[in-house]
Parts: sequence; C-alpha cells; structure tokens
Amino acid sequence: MQTRMIAFVLLLAFGLAGGALAKEAAPASDDPVLERRVMALAGQLRCLQCQNQSIAESNAPLAVDIRNEIREQMRRGLGEREIINFMVARYGDFVLLQPPFNATTMLLWLGPALLLMAGLIGLFYRLLRWRATAEVQLSEADDARTAQLLQFGSGKERL
Amino acid sequence: MIPELGQFALVVAFVIALTQGIMPLAGAARGNAVWMSVARPAAFGQFAFISIAFSVLTYAFATNDFSVQYVASNSNTALPLAYRIAGVWGGHEGSLLLWALVLTLWMIAVSLFSRSLPEDMVARVLGVMGLVAAGFLAFMLFTSNPFDRLLPAPPDGRDLNPLLQDLGMVLHPPTLYMGYVGFSVAFAFAIAALISGQLDAAWARWSRPWTTVAWVFLTLGNALGSWWAYYELGWGGWWFWDPVENSSFMPWLVGTALIHSLAVTDKRGSFRNWSVLLAILTFALSLLGTFLVRSGVLTSVHAFTSDPRRGVFMLAFLVLVIGGSLALFAWRASHVGASASGRFEPVSRESMLLTNNVLLVVATGTVLLGTLYPLAVDALGLGKISVGPPYFEAVFVPVIAPALFLMGVGPIARWKKASLPEIAVRLRWALGVSLIIALLLPFALGQWSAPVGFGLALAAWIVTTSSISLWERVKHATTGASVWTRLTGTSRAFYGMVLAHVGVAVMIIGVTLVKGYGSEKDVRIEPGDTTALAGYTFLLRDISNVSGPNYLATRATVEVTRNGASVATLYPEKRRYRTQENPMTEAAIDAGFTRDLYVTLGDQVNRTAWVMRVQHKPFVNWIWGGSLLMALGGLLAASDRRYRVAARAPREAQYAAPARGPQVTPVLEVKA
Repeated sequence: MQTRMIAFVLLLAFGLAGGALAKEAAPASDDPVLERRVMALAGQLRCLQCQNQSIAESNAPLAVDIRNEIREQMRRGLGEREIINFMVARYGDFVLLQPPFNATTMLLWLGPALLLMAGLIGLFYRLLRWRATAEVQLSEADDARTAQLLQFGSGKERL
Repeated sequence: MIPELGQFALVVAFVIALTQGIMPLAGAARGNAVWMSVARPAAFGQFAFISIAFSVLTYAFATNDFSVQYVASNSNTALPLAYRIAGVWGGHEGSLLLWALVLTLWMIAVSLFSRSLPEDMVARVLGVMGLVAAGFLAFMLFTSNPFDRLLPAPPDGRDLNPLLQDLGMVLHPPTLYMGYVGFSVAFAFAIAALISGQLDAAWARWSRPWTTVAWVFLTLGNALGSWWAYYELGWGGWWFWDPVENSSFMPWLVGTALIHSLAVTDKRGSFRNWSVLLAILTFALSLLGTFLVRSGVLTSVHAFTSDPRRGVFMLAFLVLVIGGSLALFAWRASHVGASASGRFEPVSRESMLLTNNVLLVVATGTVLLGTLYPLAVDALGLGKISVGPPYFEAVFVPVIAPALFLMGVGPIARWKKASLPEIAVRLRWALGVSLIIALLLPFALGQWSAPVGFGLALAAWIVTTSSISLWERVKHATTGASVWTRLTGTSRAFYGMVLAHVGVAVMIIGVTLVKGYGSEKDVRIEPGDTTALAGYTFLLRDISNVSGPNYLATRATVEVTRNGASVATLYPEKRRYRTQENPMTEAAIDAGFTRDLYVTLGDQVNRTAWVMRVQHKPFVNWIWGGSLLMALGGLLAASDRRYRVAARAPREAQYAAPARGPQVTPVLEVKA
C-alpha cells in the first residue's frame, strides 16, 4: 500500500505523457488469491500440446482452456484432489508432471533409493576389502623389505 | 557443384578416419613404428577435410543455397547472417557435422600437446578417437547427409525455429559439444590404458588436464543453455529437468566424479579401475545424450528429427561403443588395475572422495532413470506417463545434499588415514558459522523457511570449509616466510579446487534465494498505468509496433523506478515470425548483481489494455556466476605446473631406458 502511494506521488511529481494521471494497474485476474491457487495446481500438470511445459507456463490454447477449467472448478468449491482426479480421468496419467505411485511407476519411485543403497553397500564392501587386501599386500612387501634390510644388516655386520 | 565438394570431403574424411582407427592401433599392438606414425598426420587430414565440409555447408547457408535440403529446412533469405551461420548447427545433420568438427579439433589438440607421451600411447589414443569419428561420419554419410539436394530448389527456406534465432544458439551448441566430445579424449586414454596395460599414475596424470578442460566446456555449455532458456523461453525458469537438459547434465555429473577420481589415481595410485570405468561412463553418457537429443525419441524443443533408420543406427553405434568398451574393461581391468592400490582407511580423504563419487553416480542414475522411464513405459505399451520437475527435485536433492556436505570435509581430511574427532575440531568454526547463517540470514532477507535455511547452510559450509583449507595450506606451507610467498607457492590446482568449490556455493545461493524469495505479478495494464513489485515501480509508457528483419513485433516500453530514481527502461516484445504462426514472447530483463527484473508482455485484453507479467528474481545471476567460477577453477587446475613438468618425465625416462635405436619402444603389458 505504501509503495503504491509512493509510486502515485512520484508519478504525479514527474508528470506523465499527455498529462494523464497514472493509475495502479489492476491484477490480471479479478481474484488474485484464486488465481494463485489455479496457477499452483496448473504448475503440476503437463501441457499436452506443448513440448515439456506445464499448464501454468504455457500459452497454448489447450493450456488456457485447462486453466479456465481449473478456475471454474475451484469457484464451484472443488478441492485440489478432485480436480486432479478429473484431469487424470480425462487425459490419463500423462498429464501429471509428478507421476503417481502405482505398479507401473514403482521402479521409478523406488529406483533412486535402491540405487543409493546398492551404491553405499558397494562402497562399504570396497572400503573394508581394500583395507584388508592392502594390509595383506603391505605385509608381504614388509616381509620382503624386512628380509632385504636384514640381509644388508648382516652384510654390514660382516664388513 | 560446391555442395558436392562438401560431400566429397566428408567421404575422404571418413576414409582417413578408418585409417586412423585401424593402422595406429594395429601398429601399437605389433610394435610397428611406421603404422603408429600414421596417427598424427591422419588427425590433421581429418581436420582439414571436415573443415572443408563444414565451410561448404556454412557457405551454402550464407549464400541461401536452397537446393541443399538441409539449408532449405533450416534457413530463410530474411534470416540475419549471424543466425544463418548458427543455422549450420540448427538441425540434425549440421549438428552432427559440428560434432565431427569438434572431435577433430580435440584430435589436433591431442596431436600437438602429446609430444612428451610415449608414441604407442598417442597412437592408441588417436586410434580410438579415429574409430569414434568413423562411426559419426558413417552415420552422417549413410543416414543424415547435410549435403542432400532438394531439386527443384524452393524459392525460399522454411526458416530456423524462432526459439533458436538468438545469440544463445551461436554460443551454446559449440561450447556444449566441446565438452561432450572432449570427454572422448578421456575415453580414448582409458581404452588405450586398458589395451596397453599401462594403467598407472602416469596415465592418470596425462588424462587429468584433458578431462578437466572438457569438463570446463561442459560446465560453460550447460550454464549457457540454462541462461539462454531463462531469457528466451519467457517464463523466467532456469532449469526444467527437460530430457535434453538431463542429457547434458548426466555426463557433467559423472565427469565431475571422474575429475575427482583421477585426482586420487594421480596422487595416490588408487581407484584406477574406478577412474577407467568413470571415463567410459562419461563418454557413454555423452553419446547417449547425443542419441537422445538427435534420434528424436524425446519430444522436446531440441529434437528436430524423427527417422527410425537414424535411431537404429545410433542405437547400434551406442551398443557397440559402450558394450565394447565395458567388455574390454571386464576383460582387462582385473589384470591391469588391481595391483598395488594405495592403502587407505575407511576414514580418509580417499574414502570421502569415493563416497562423493558414489553419490554423484547414484545422482546420475536417478536422473537417467527419470529420463528414460517414460520412454521405457511407452515402449512396453504400459501407457504414457510424464516425469517432470517434481520427481527430479524429490529424488535428486536428497542424494546430492550429502555430497555437497562432504565437499567441505574432503579437502580437510588427510590422505590414507584421517581422524573424525580431529576433523571435527578443525571444522567446528565452519559448522557454527554455517548454522548461524542458516538460522539468522533468512530473517534478514524476508522470512525463514526450511529450504532457504538448508540451502544457505550448505553454501556457507562450503565457503567456510574452503577458507579453512586455504588458511591451513598457507599456515603449514614450508616455502618462504611471508604470507605472499606462501600464497604464491601454493599450487594452481589447489586454488582451482577452492575456486570451483566456492562456485558451487555461489550457485547454491542463487538457486536457494531465487526459489525462496522470487516474486511475480500478473497485471492488466494500459499505457500510463503503473504496477509495483518488490519496491520497484513499473510504468507502461506505451505500446508500439516494430518490424524486425523476419518478424513483426508489438513492443512495450516499460520504465522502472525505485524510490523515484530511474532504474531501467525495458522493452518486452511479442513477436510474430513471418514463416511460423505461433507468437513468441521476448522477455525484457534488467540484470543486476543482486536481482533481475523480468518483464514479459502477454495477450491483448481489449483495445487499450494488455496483460503484463513482472517478476523479481533475487540473486538469479549467481546461478550462472557460480558456474563461471567453477569453469575458471577448472581452467586454473588444468594449467597447473605438475602436468607440464610431469608430462615431460616419462619421455625422459624412456630415453634413459635401454632403447632399441631411435625408434619408439612399444610398451606392452607393462603392468600385467
């Protein structure tokens, strides 16, 4: 509100083209709170007509229609869940940018955890094994070195 | 006639590539110095002929030769010259030609900067690169010839996709390809090591600078792509987890792992097999990226083509290269890589780098899973699903966050054996400062939220731990007494690491703040109206029609002020290109160090009013600034003295060894 006043005063002070008074532009939508909800939901849906854009980001005719549809349903008091179900019933799972968890997508959702577990198990296994083999190798090398040192030592003693 | 010259040059290049792929490799295997010596001249020959082909295609674009099918599909007489030239790689065939050209550039670089390497190593490396080139040239000649004629020639071309008519199109693909293709050098070194059995610290030292430089290009290429998408696509996002973006992000992730793994192999002799495997994986993902983008299996702005023949060829090539090199790895790795890996404890710098490597590879795996899953589901007839940003954010962040945390600890930890209590003591200040920043700074910026606090904590952690490691390095330096001599005595590689790590922190800050504090507003505005956002006032001065070289545009003049002081005048446009129907949104951005103001013009609502979107994006440029720091860090590290000094050593050692005359000694089964 304050910035608005400041802007108003400043614009008055600077004067405007044609002497017309500047007025604060209206929000693009009549109900900005509703609009935010609409866009939040639209951001979770894929624009089917476009290439990898969400319904919120796209200006394709179908995306605009779907946004209108969401707005209409929200005005009628439908919840997010119900609207999403409606969209899935109409367009299939393809419309969801976040795929649902079901038999088809089980591997998709569990995959990262499985990969991480496999990676960590492999890591611990390697760390422990490397340590073990390195110790064996080192003791062999140590043996050789000890033997060598002993030889030299005895040689020196002989000299 | 001239396009046929290009075609002929391609055929010659193909023959040279085959020669380069066969003779030096065979020569190295049989110890035939003459055959090995074919490698360098062949590389230069290939470069010459592919340059000719590339110039011919460029000339066809510059002169609007629409009798060439590819030119007719990707250019137009009204297209400005710069974009006509960028149009050379605006489509499938031309980008393959660019790929091949870049590959020969790397070959030339290897030929020139490998004088200190054993001849058989050079022969094998260039031989492997020659085989890769032969594959790509065959692909071009048999399925995607850029010089195919279109007769009778149409009077005008179909024009370049308007999204691509931008400076980004001039810069992004060549940079990205320099990175993608650059990993072929690391790959060729890995294959050469597997064949020769010379898989040791010297091998790692030779591969390191090449890998780092390729990584630098890929970093820049990805950053350029992200920045381009940000200002060109018009809705202010900077990363979309688009399959095409993922395609170039995956080699970057594995390439990052490779750089760190090679560092261990170079310094400690450990992780040899792992480094080789990562080198193969990195290049495999580069090829997969090319395949995904170029075969048309993805539906996205980047996939211009859909031709099953091409897909099958690429898939076969992919299977051959990846399958072949993995088979070679399985066969040879246990012979050449396992011996004498340096010993280290479960808590040590090695173990932390290995953990980081595993996390990076798992992160790559999750991105790969999300990218390919919809394709697999579709191919199996299980329906169509989308895997979008919500999925990737949910699975990627938890995997990468521990890696970012370890970034702070790794450089502090000692090689071989580190002690956790000691590390904790050395890092207690860093931890304290990071936590305080995470708790308090968000309040100063607006309001506290968990993601913002978390992001800032990670960034602060990386910066503070990097400072501690720098401070300790200077404190414990033995050379010189003054701080200055100690600072200059510290290696470029170390500074490079610090700079790149700080770059990551800077990027995290950008990502966190723009996501946490960015704001936007859609208004219905008439000339003379104002709207305010984040302390800035936007006045729509007027709306006019302008005409560009190949489009008509509606241009708004928006004056931005803050507390009465003028900030910027912005000109967002809505363009309608003559050859394409869809209107394009051309955002206007006032870029700044701490914020961007991003204005886009929407639809006309009535005779006088328009929809306009204004966005305030705090610290968004830090995302690309951080990438730039990472790239600079990489360059600094790649220019370190150790590579120049060390590179000379093996050659001298070779001369010192009892040599069979002046000709090259084939190094066979050195380690086996």
